Formats: sequence, structure tokens, C-alpha cells
Amino acid sequence: MTTPLLELKDLQVAYGGIQAVKGIDLSVDQGELVCLIGANGAGKTTTLKGITGLQPIKSGKIHYAGEDITGKPAFQLVRKGLSMVPEGRGVFGALTIEENLAMGAYARDDRAAIKDDVERVFGLFPRLKERRKQTAGTLSGGEQQMLAMGRALMSRPKLLLLDEPSMGLAPLMVQKVFETVMAVSKEGVTILLIEQNAKLALEVSSRGYVMESGEITLQGKAKQLLSDPKVRAAYLGEAA
Amino acid sequence: MDTFLQQLINGLTLGSVYALVALGYTMVYGIIGLINFAHGEVVMIGAMVSLSVIMALLGAHAPLPSVVIILAGLLVAITVCMAIAYAMEKIAYRPLRKAPRLAPLITAIGMSIILQNLALIVWGRNYLTFPTLIQPTPYNVLGASMTDLQMLIVVLAGLLMAGLVFVVQRTRLGMAMRATAQNPQVAGLMGIDINVVISAAFVIGAALAAVAGLMVMTYYGIAHYYMGFLLGLKAFTAAVLGGIGNLAGAMLGGVLLGIIEALGAGYIGDVSNICGFPFLSDSLQQQCAASEGQVSMFGSNYQDVFAFFVLILVLIFRPSGLLGERVSERA
Repeated sequence: MTTPLLELKDLQVAYGGIQAVKGIDLSVDQGELVCLIGANGAGKTTTLKGITGLQPIKSGKIHYAGEDITGKPAFQLVRKGLSMVPEGRGVFGALTIEENLAMGAYARDDRAAIKDDVERVFGLFPRLKERRKQTAGTLSGGEQQMLAMGRALMSRPKLLLLDEPSMGLAPLMVQKVFETVMAVSKEGVTILLIEQNAKLALEVSSRGYVMESGEITLQGKAKQLLSDPKVRAAYLGEAA
Repeated sequence: MDTFLQQLINGLTLGSVYALVALGYTMVYGIIGLINFAHGEVVMIGAMVSLSVIMALLGAHAPLPSVVIILAGLLVAITVCMAIAYAMEKIAYRPLRKAPRLAPLITAIGMSIILQNLALIVWGRNYLTFPTLIQPTPYNVLGASMTDLQMLIVVLAGLLMAGLVFVVQRTRLGMAMRATAQNPQVAGLMGIDINVVISAAFVIGAALAAVAGLMVMTYYGIAHYYMGFLLGLKAFTAAVLGGIGNLAGAMLGGVLLGIIEALGAGYIGDVSNICGFPFLSDSLQQQCAASEGQVSMFGSNYQDVFAFFVLILVLIFRPSGLLGERVSERA
């Protein structure tokens, strides 16, 4: 068995005085699309913040690409190919769309290839190309999500962490976002997807983890989870 | 009209200096939300260090051209100020980055006192006179006079501000600074080491402060260990007037404040002339007669009042400043 691209071992993270993540194990293999689902406040976002060093972790280990990255600050991780789209998108509202994309490539210095990648992102999201000189603050929520994903792709990530990409979006936009997630995954980017929209997340993923008040309560193949009566009852809104 | 134009020119000169200092306040505030009250002291140290270097070079055996001496003083002052600002951020402010906002603010006041007292030890408590290396030549500008020194100050300040705008708008570092100002966490996710960006903001501001220090010293002809205090407060007022955190605002606020102050000082004597009042005591009437109807309650020594009057008005009526953005942008 090959070592996974990302592996969390007994990760514990405290957030605002409460233990939000109570020792979880999770792994993502090269090329996989894995989702982490759970209700609001289950500790999903805190898990991601722990991985990227945005939230100091209490104990446990994080391995990425065979390297111990526990406690490494976020700005060093991008250079290793680990990129994250934060919750609430986090676009730079006062910067133009082009500048936002340039920020995504901040850690790179291959100018010619960066130009190509900007065009690639514009190919993926033609809407952004039309508005390239506009500030990101003038975009709609869906467009900002596209920009945030485009910006993350600008770093040519090996592993992409997505935090609730569908949050607050209109159904049509949610569809578009998930199509993009699948397209990016097909290009060979490994993805760890965090979602409250369990049904859609499990439909696009190969494997899934279910998180409940800081612990992983279920895991397995996405198809099996989709048909698991407990998951159906708790997250897919069906009677048990 | 003569007074008006003359005061406008004086105000523009002083305002250019305020603007340079205000930029240092606003850059740091824009990125970490700290009002670095020790920034005025960096200006003072810039003036003092350049003065020491200039005096030392003047005392040298081989006489150097004045321009070389001043440039040497300026370069050393810039280097020293940058080093002080870098160290100050690293030692005093960085450990407090996650502390409640009051803690770094009080630390900044403490830094200000420390730097003042260091200057007191090194340069003494006396007013130091700046040697007349440049003999200002007045030129006639539409009936008012503007010296070549004033022109030099305004032009140099303008060039430096244009340079800063270029750095912030066009370079990689500038983009990183703008991104960090908006959202430091996400900036980190982009691969930006925000510690570097924050240091850069302090260091660039200190370089501008050093230039401003040499400018005020040449303009007034004196330097003093306490000179940074009032200058710093005024530049802070200028930054608030323009909208703190906003670069264009700091420049506009600086120039406006300089002009308001100069015009205020130029006209306060006339405005507060009491001889026109109908009911004057006998002694006042005598004074008026003796001084050709010119007895003012306030003279131009009240110049400093205007800056703080402006600060109070801005805080009451437009706390976000002239160009300040509405706070809702973070939502």
C-alpha cells in the first residue's frame, strides 16, 4: 500500500476554549476526491484550519506527501502544493480579479506559465474573464466562489482543500461549483472537500467521512455512505 | 490676497512633510490596525542622526560639497531609522499581535517614551541648530515668496509619495501588502509571509520618516529630542483626516492639514482682533489707539491649536476620514 498524500493521526484542535476536534484519523490518497461531511459546528472547518496552520493544534500529527507538516505556517504549505479555499471564499474584495489570481500564484516565479494558467482559469470560468479588471468585491457570491477556486488553482496545487464551496449559493451556482470540483479532480488534483450539502458531496466523492461533534463517526466508500440508513436519516433528510 | 498665497505656500511645504509622516502611520494601521505612536520619534531620530553625520562631516579636514554632506546625512538617517523600526516591530509589537488592541497601543506609547529618552541621553536636552548648508533663495511666485528650499521639500516629498504609490500598486510586495491589509489569514494561504509584509510596512514608513525629519530640521533650522512628539501627533491627525489606513488619504490629509494650519496662523491675528468690538474698556481702547487698531487675543503662536481642532471635528462629523472607506467592506 502506498502512503496517502494527506494523513491526519489523532488530530486534536481546540477552538475558542472548546475542543472542537477530538482526535480524528483521516487520510486522502493521491488523486482521490474525499469529502468530510457533518452538521454545522461538527468541527470540519477547524480540522481544515488545523491542517493549514491557521488554528494551532493541540496534539496529533499531520503528514503531507511523506513529510511531517504539523504546526507549519500556512504560507510555507502553498509552496509544497497544498492549497486551500477558505470558508466564505476569502477573496480580496478591493483587488481586481486579475490581481486576485496573481495572488494565487504568489509563491510561483515562472511568469510565462502563470500567464497560461490565468487563461486556463478564464477558460474554466468565462465570467471572470469578462470582469477581469473589476474589483472582486463587485462580484456575486457564486462568482466570488469561482474566483476563490480559480485563485487556488493558480498555485498548481497537488492537494486542494475546499471549505464549504456551496455555502450561501443559489442552486444553479451550487451545481456549477460541483461540476468544477469534478473537473478539477479529473485533472489529477487530489481534493478534500468539506460540505454541509452531504448528498451532493457524496455523489461526487469516492470516499467520505462523517463528522459529529469533533469525532469521525462513520467512514467508507461514498456510495455506501449514501445508502447508509444513519446517514440518510441524519444528513439526507429522510425518515429512518 | 498676499497673505493667503504666502500661507498657502508655507502650508503646502509643511503639509508635504506631514504627509510623508502620515503615510507611516497609515501603512502600519492599514495592515495590523496599530497606531504606532512611536512613529513621531522615528522622525526625530532621523533628524538627529542626519544632524550628527552632517556636523561630523563638516568638521572633517577635507571640505566636501554641501550636497554630498546632506545626502550622506540622509542616507545614514534612513538606514538607522529603518533598523530602529524593524527592531521595534519585532521586539515590541510582534509578541503582542494576538493581544487585545489596547496592549500594543500602550506599548507604542512606551516605545515613544523610550526613544525620546534615548535621544535625550545621546543628544542632550538643548535645541541643536542646523548649520546653514543651504542658503534659501526666495523666488517670487505670483506676488508671494517661495524659497528654493521650500520647492525642494515639496518636489522631493511628491516624488517619494509617487514612488510609494508605485510600489504599493504595481509591485509584488505592494500587492502582498494590500492583500495582507484586507485579510491576513487568506494572504498567508496564498504563500505570503505576513511577518515580512508587516516588517516592510514599518521599514518603508521609517525611511519616509527619516526624510521628513531632515526636511523639518532644514526648514526650521533646529532639532530637539522632543520635536517628534508634536510632529507625530499632527501627522497622525493628518492620517485620520484623510481616512486612516488609506494611502491617498494620508497624502491629502497631510497637505490639507499643513494648509489649514498655515492659513489659521496667518489669519488668527486679524480674526481675533478685538478693536472692532463696540464695548471696550478704557485701557483696551487706549491699547487699540496705540497699536493702530490691532490688538489680537490670539497670535500665530496658536498655530498648533488648529491641527487638534481639525482632529476633533473629524472625529465628530466624519470618523472614517475624507477618503476613508465605510467599515462594511469586511462583511
